[in-house]
Amino acid sequence: MENIKFIIEKSARIGKLINDLYEKMPEIESSRARLVTESYKMTENLPIIKRRSAAFAHILRNIPIVIRENELIVGSATLAPRGCQTFPEYSYEWLLGELDTVATRDADPFYISEETKKELREIFPWWHGKTTSDLAKANMSPEAYEAFTEHSVFTPGNYFYNGIGHVCVDYGKVLKIGYRGIIAEAESALKMLDVSDGDYVSRSNFLNAVIESCQAVIEYARRYSVLARDMASKESNPERKRELELISRNCLRVPEFGATSFYEACQSFWFIQLLLQVESSGHSISPGRFDQYMYPYFKKDIDSGKITYEAAQELLDCIWVKFNDINKVRDAASADGFAGYGMFQNLIVGGQDIHGMDATNDLSYMCIEAAMHVPLPQPSISIRVWNGSPEPLLIKAAALTRLGTGLPAYYNDEIIIPSIMARGLTLEDARDYCIIGCVEPQKAGKTDGWHDAAFFNMCRPMELAFSNGYDKGKKIGPDTGDVADMKTFKEFYEAYKAQQSYMIKLLVNANNAIDTAHAVRCPLPFQSCMVEDCIGRGKSLQEGGAIYNFTGPQGFGIANNTDGLVAIKKLVFEEKRFTLCELREALKANFGYGVQGAQAEKLTTEIAAELMRQGIDINESAIRTIYDEVTNQTSLSESEKARYKEIKRLIEEEAPKYGNDIYDVDMLARDVANTYTKEVEKYKNPRGGIFQAGLYPVSANVPLGASTGATPDGRLAYTPLADGIGPASGRDVKGPTATANSVAKLEQGVASNGTLLNQKFHPSALAGMSGLTKFVALIRSYFDQKGMHVQFNVVTRETLLDAQKNPEKYKTLVVRVAGYSALFTTLSRSLQNDIINRTEQGW
Amino acid sequence: MKIRTVNYIIACKASYFIICKASYFIICKTSYIIIYFEKGENRKMPSDIKGRIFNIQRFSIHDGPGIRTIVFFKGCYMRCAWCCNPESQSKEIETIIEKDKEKIVGRDVTVDDIMPEILADLPYYKRSEGGVTLSGGEVLCQADFAAELLKECKSYGLHTAIETAASAPFSEIEKLLPYLDLVLMDIKHMNSEKHKEYTAAPNERILENARKIAESGVELIIRTPVIPSFNDTPEEIKAIAHFAKTLKGVKEHHLLPYHRLGTDKYKGLGRYYSLPEIEPPTREKMEYLLSIAETSGLKCKIGG
Repeated sequence: MENIKFIIEKSARIGKLINDLYEKMPEIESSRARLVTESYKMTENLPIIKRRSAAFAHILRNIPIVIRENELIVGSATLAPRGCQTFPEYSYEWLLGELDTVATRDADPFYISEETKKELREIFPWWHGKTTSDLAKANMSPEAYEAFTEHSVFTPGNYFYNGIGHVCVDYGKVLKIGYRGIIAEAESALKMLDVSDGDYVSRSNFLNAVIESCQAVIEYARRYSVLARDMASKESNPERKRELELISRNCLRVPEFGATSFYEACQSFWFIQLLLQVESSGHSISPGRFDQYMYPYFKKDIDSGKITYEAAQELLDCIWVKFNDINKVRDAASADGFAGYGMFQNLIVGGQDIHGMDATNDLSYMCIEAAMHVPLPQPSISIRVWNGSPEPLLIKAAALTRLGTGLPAYYNDEIIIPSIMARGLTLEDARDYCIIGCVEPQKAGKTDGWHDAAFFNMCRPMELAFSNGYDKGKKIGPDTGDVADMKTFKEFYEAYKAQQSYMIKLLVNANNAIDTAHAVRCPLPFQSCMVEDCIGRGKSLQEGGAIYNFTGPQGFGIANNTDGLVAIKKLVFEEKRFTLCELREALKANFGYGVQGAQAEKLTTEIAAELMRQGIDINESAIRTIYDEVTNQTSLSESEKARYKEIKRLIEEEAPKYGNDIYDVDMLARDVANTYTKEVEKYKNPRGGIFQAGLYPVSANVPLGASTGATPDGRLAYTPLADGIGPASGRDVKGPTATANSVAKLEQGVASNGTLLNQKFHPSALAGMSGLTKFVALIRSYFDQKGMHVQFNVVTRETLLDAQKNPEKYKTLVVRVAGYSALFTTLSRSLQNDIINRTEQGW
Repeated sequence: MKIRTVNYIIACKASYFIICKASYFIICKTSYIIIYFEKGENRKMPSDIKGRIFNIQRFSIHDGPGIRTIVFFKGCYMRCAWCCNPESQSKEIETIIEKDKEKIVGRDVTVDDIMPEILADLPYYKRSEGGVTLSGGEVLCQADFAAELLKECKSYGLHTAIETAASAPFSEIEKLLPYLDLVLMDIKHMNSEKHKEYTAAPNERILENARKIAESGVELIIRTPVIPSFNDTPEEIKAIAHFAKTLKGVKEHHLLPYHRLGTDKYKGLGRYYSLPEIEPPTREKMEYLLSIAETSGLKCKIGG
């Protein structure tokens, strides 16, 4: 028999809430865009920080509010369930261009009414030249801008177009003292200032902005209180009437004051979580160690008999549903990359407390239970694992993994704590880390981590090493020599590193340009008031108000580059089976396979456009010729094609591959990873912090793979790159322990912005108590070897194939994609295929 | 494994010195630290015994406790009609066609050749209380090699097991027993004639070996592959279960449902699969046979 703790019956309310939430396609609403624009037009004379608080207050006073049927926890950013607002102060051009296609696109479609379209078309043009994106572009060096936009070496697109998000504020503080308490703090800080202080103006402006923002939040909650009271007076069902009255009382008390009960704490938490995502469009607003800061309220109510476990569970489940009520529209390309309406609200349970003792409590288990009751993508639930983690917690977590929603993700205290201490955190702060977004560790309430700063495609510098810095006919990288002249493996490897180091410089420039733009145009007083030491320093998070400041861009493509370098070392330099020149030509020719489908059309268009730019006349037959060349490579002889195909076969069959526990290969992978991580950490950001690398692509390995040519590991052009720090898809053939051993050989601690390992299992691997126990042992053993993170897809290939065929049957099928869980049927076809093709581990 | 005489002299400041000869220590007094290693003599000579194996499978969770690595031995005394590893039967190195490609099945290895791969998963064995299982083919066909391998595994503190049909002289089994924690032994049928008809071997020696292994004190689990048309009647299962009950110290009896996952391999080997028409037993059928087996009073389960 299975012995799993805290199995609590699920309230009937939860199913109804989920059904109502998912009844319709999510919708774009215009109220926030209208209100922020109105406010900005009225505040042109004010300093930016005051404009921000004025706009936030104007929005909260006027945005329509709604209490949905059956809700116990209230607060929605939109009238439509799972709807989204827009944030023109960050960028708007992409949405303007996609208003007519956003409802019908492949990944993450949104319904939009004709009225909303009309209204947004009227609002948006006022923002021309005024957005963070506009300023970021102006700040950026032309080389960096081109490497990002034209050559896809890296993309900081996330923060270039949107807010930053990626923060875990001090929820516990607000639960305890309320916004009234924060206002008091700001007021006392104001009193400490002297009008003659050199920074009096900026400090007092900031503190006044904090006060205005907090007051607006209090008023917003009161609006809900009034609405609930009105609804209660009209409610005929006595049960619901009582619930609404209670909601009304809660919203009158919190978040203005400290919570006095678990229910109030839950409601207060939700207002914080929601309003952070109304102030700014940044995603990955992460609740962090929810089981820790909520526990005192839970314990008090349980001990006094005020609440039962069942009732507390129902409230948790209600919050879990609400996490999915928040949504965000992204541009079509980003939607491909972030597919699955991901909001990346990461909530973590278990692990050590600040004294190094185990922190697991009843709520840790009940959060996992909530994730079982509410099988939806949000929140991303994570488990902190250390040597002292109680086995029953991990067994419970494994039972959640077995459900196949891709949750939870497992994190290793034993490597993360020393790794972030090496970045300057104190021991206590490091022990108290939580996870932001996908996989990024930070100390909550003290950090501006800028965690998802950019995706850096490590395969692009490899391409540049072959082309001596040329891309699309243009010199974009340094001179590293013609591969024809390279006599040793080391020479080639050095050329790759030189190309990469140069591109990292440009990446840093791009990130810092965007960072500065946010500080100038979109400082966030509300978010800042909950992060130490913004109030003390009198400046926003965006201007460097936090204790810990980082910028974390993440590299990916380690497996492809490693396999490619191993092949070059063995087949070119050791065995002389082919030359570097031959390999270069084979790569250019996509190993003699040509390019097909949409990519062929795209490439044809690009070539034609380039020729026209050079003044060459292009007619229909010329286009046909280009297309033939792209698809069939008519200019290549059959013997050339055969030779290139043979080169691909040699690479695939005769060179060993990363992910199979082969020492030499794995050590090269370690070195390849370090070429990125140890280069990135040399740089500083404008908030007084340093860069720290992550190693994970979210799901950008698919869209960025689509702009990467053939690679020397035998991967064909425009196909997905390897995911996370794991092996390239299908190349790990020795099972999950060998894969984990290989990955554990990377120096993961240097990638203190997080690493990501996806493993896929059949549910049969977790059958029965013995399956769960062995699964937990597998995780612990990977972590014994200093693995940082692991997550699992537990779903059969057959299920996924069927879901592709019959999406309507699988509306709520959740799979783990990179750092988060997503609804499978909302993913683009190519990402679906990538998930299906991943090696099935185990059975 | 031959261990040659080795002399370490370790003299410690705290007035101790240790002479280590083979594996015993003499502790004497002296006054400073010298670590002395006698050159020219290896501590351990690599064994020159070779074994013939055809696969090493890591992360196996159905063949003994915890997470295990299985070493598959090549060559078998028996020829079970349903065998899912037909490439394991002949002791010769063979060629099999897999996905239109030729693959060589079988390689000769020494213990030292394969220990690194076995030890690669040490962290997993420790966390899961797992270890190494020797399977086949029939491990007992290469008992000397198996004994060497098990002995080496034991020296690393690994949990050791074999999967065997035990149709070999007991003297072969005896070579392994000192280094074994667990024997997973098949009893396929109680009727010797029928046993011989389907497996090419009678069962008298098997049953006798089962008793002797049980009496040796090594943990023994009895396993029965449930093969439709061969042994899937309640009477047949019951007979096996009740025999298992008579074995001293045996606590568990596992029923392994027939599967067809190995049938393609017959084709790849150019061989004929003699049971094409049988279907795997249904879940209900297995549950029913489980309830029959449970009448013995042993702990029974479906699957390994």
